[in-house]
Amino acid sequence: MTSRSTPIFGRLLRSLLATAALAAGGAQLVSIPAASAQNLTIESWRSDDADIWNGTIIPAFNAKYPNIKVVFKPTPPTEYNAALNARLAGGTAGDLITCRPFDASLELYKKGQLVAVDDIKGIENFSPVAKSAWQTDDGKTTFCMPMASVIHGFIYNEEIFKELGLTPPKTMAEFHQILDKIKADGRYTPIDMGTADQWEAATMGFQNIGPNYWHGEEGRKALIDGKAKFTDAPYVADLTELASWGPYMGNGYKAQKYSDSQNLFALGRAAIYPAGSWDIPIFRKQADFAFSAFPPPLPEGASKCYISDHTDIAMGINAKSPNVDAAKTFISWLASSEFADLYSNSLPGFFSLSNAKVEVKDPVAKTFLSWRDTCESTIRNSYQILSRGNPNLENELWNVSSQVINGTMTPEAGAKNLEDGLASWYAPHKQ
Amino acid sequence: MGGDVSLAEQTASERRRPWSHILVFLAPAALIYTVFSIYPLLDTIRYALYTQDEHGIAHFAGLANFIDLFSLPVWADQFRNALLNNLIFFVIHVTVQNIIGIALAAMLSLPKLFGRNIYRTLIFLPTMLSVVIIGFVWQLILSPLWGVSEGFLRAIGLPQLFAPWLGQESTALVTISLISVWQFVGIPMMLIYAALLNIPEDLVDAATVDGANHLHVFFYVKLPLILPTIGLVAILTFVGNFNAFDLIYAVKGTLAGPNFASDIMGTFFYRTFFGYQLQLGNPTMGAAVATMMFLIILVGVMIYLFGVQRRMQRYAL
Repeated sequence: MTSRSTPIFGRLLRSLLATAALAAGGAQLVSIPAASAQNLTIESWRSDDADIWNGTIIPAFNAKYPNIKVVFKPTPPTEYNAALNARLAGGTAGDLITCRPFDASLELYKKGQLVAVDDIKGIENFSPVAKSAWQTDDGKTTFCMPMASVIHGFIYNEEIFKELGLTPPKTMAEFHQILDKIKADGRYTPIDMGTADQWEAATMGFQNIGPNYWHGEEGRKALIDGKAKFTDAPYVADLTELASWGPYMGNGYKAQKYSDSQNLFALGRAAIYPAGSWDIPIFRKQADFAFSAFPPPLPEGASKCYISDHTDIAMGINAKSPNVDAAKTFISWLASSEFADLYSNSLPGFFSLSNAKVEVKDPVAKTFLSWRDTCESTIRNSYQILSRGNPNLENELWNVSSQVINGTMTPEAGAKNLEDGLASWYAPHKQ
Repeated sequence: MGGDVSLAEQTASERRRPWSHILVFLAPAALIYTVFSIYPLLDTIRYALYTQDEHGIAHFAGLANFIDLFSLPVWADQFRNALLNNLIFFVIHVTVQNIIGIALAAMLSLPKLFGRNIYRTLIFLPTMLSVVIIGFVWQLILSPLWGVSEGFLRAIGLPQLFAPWLGQESTALVTISLISVWQFVGIPMMLIYAALLNIPEDLVDAATVDGANHLHVFFYVKLPLILPTIGLVAILTFVGNFNAFDLIYAVKGTLAGPNFASDIMGTFFYRTFFGYQLQLGNPTMGAAVATMMFLIILVGVMIYLFGVQRRMQRYAL
């Protein structure tokens, strides 16, 4: 931390040293044959995917570039941002940085810790929307190569549905009828979600069903412009729907963690799992029954459907990496159609953002993907700009959504809480 | 440090430079403490006087961070909540942990006790386990889905007592405190047990001759003699509790829910300094929170040193 306030002579000394090191490095480059191996380390929060990276993705890369040795070094998701920031500040971070969408990565770019990727071959394979999560506010510079988006919806146990004679719901009214039937049967947990970790309530709850209420991008942009407020009807209606979930959730859901929910569904003890598409690989591996998915049911009176198709994951280059060239080679490969196909199919549920035509083979992932044709896509409304201030909107959403489900806060009070927090620092919401 | 009596016995040459020995023996500790404790501590306090702009460059800002921390509702509310929760965390520790610790030590020092070493080892064992394991094990025990606690309560006919204790705003902090007490009760037990063993048998015998029973002996003879040890345990607990972080982090994460009901100074500091999910870290404000933790501990230890320890009656045995 002290390095940022180093006196001027310290900085001078360091730049001198850096120049010397560069000169020495340059000399080395000349003397060592070009075939020598280079090492790259990937920082990531996807610890669940370590096997796929080590067993499938990196070998495929090495088949083309045998001289670049790549190590996948994940940190658990909740610790990733903190650990990465500390490592970047201390100069011990890996060469390739897996990028969170929007402000978390923008901050790194502004601090000079990520390099621009605009000149890297392959960036032309991505649409402006795909790149928007990793661009400066003016849209001129992109600092991470987009990789994949994730889609929200509900995964359900097909065998339980068949046994109880249920069909996937189209509307919220049907959704509640189904929940009542499962609850009346008594053997299975109707909604498999807990509030102990808080984020599922916001992400799999609020952001999952929400776009149908606030009309996707239209509502998300209105929030940013200050034309809509969290106290408006769509947001209160979303929270009101969440408030009705409590009785359908498992016994003691207040202490149920994310991994508990995953296990409960994989063991076949729960009927409906509010999901992110990234859960598919885990259930594919653990569940020995057929499962499928349905999109967020439509609220009363709505005819058009919206889904949360969230630009979630990208990769950038650590500006201080000694192997920037090798890192650029890797990033450029990430933009290829070969990677798009490999990633989408070895990790079904992560959908490549590339324009390349990818054939997704997993049937459940295919179901998720098919909603893009029938519904409008949007991203989570708290991610762009609105989580820059203090109190942090995303944290507030976690807290409010889980409290609304727990019944310790009314939907109206929750909405007011969110709006007050945002209005305290965000100018468009101040009037 | 270097008493006058021993000085008189030293050789003439040493008498001229008595400080050289002191310096040599103090140097390693002083050096290590300076580099790894004192310097980082002072630098943290210095850093708390800066603010950071969006490019990560720090500017001197005087007491701005502290003024924000105490006056802006977004900081002050969290700070007050964390401080209050930390006090509850401490009070539970100092009462429950000490009372159980004293009781266990008293039972261990009973003259005719079978399997003394086994009990001692078993009770001390959790202290040596990693906090992550403790957190994991207790979450499993208390889990409403897979835990044994609900079945246990049903078996003894009290199923209505079960609740998802770790997930309720009203019970989360107390539950975590008690888990921590369970883990660390071995330390007061061992310290007090050692103090009890130091009490000469004659005192107990004399009291018995005077007609005192077991309880009298404990409350009027032994307890006054171990009070200094209990004071020491209390202040160690205080320092440990206001530095605590790991168990809550392992069980509830840094958002210390529900609704920040289990947020203490350590988790508040971590969230502020490193950031959380989309919340970006604010290292200078984090340094201000860390400085406050240091001051709270400092004041607490001073009160103990000057207010309690110096007035405590000691008995020469």
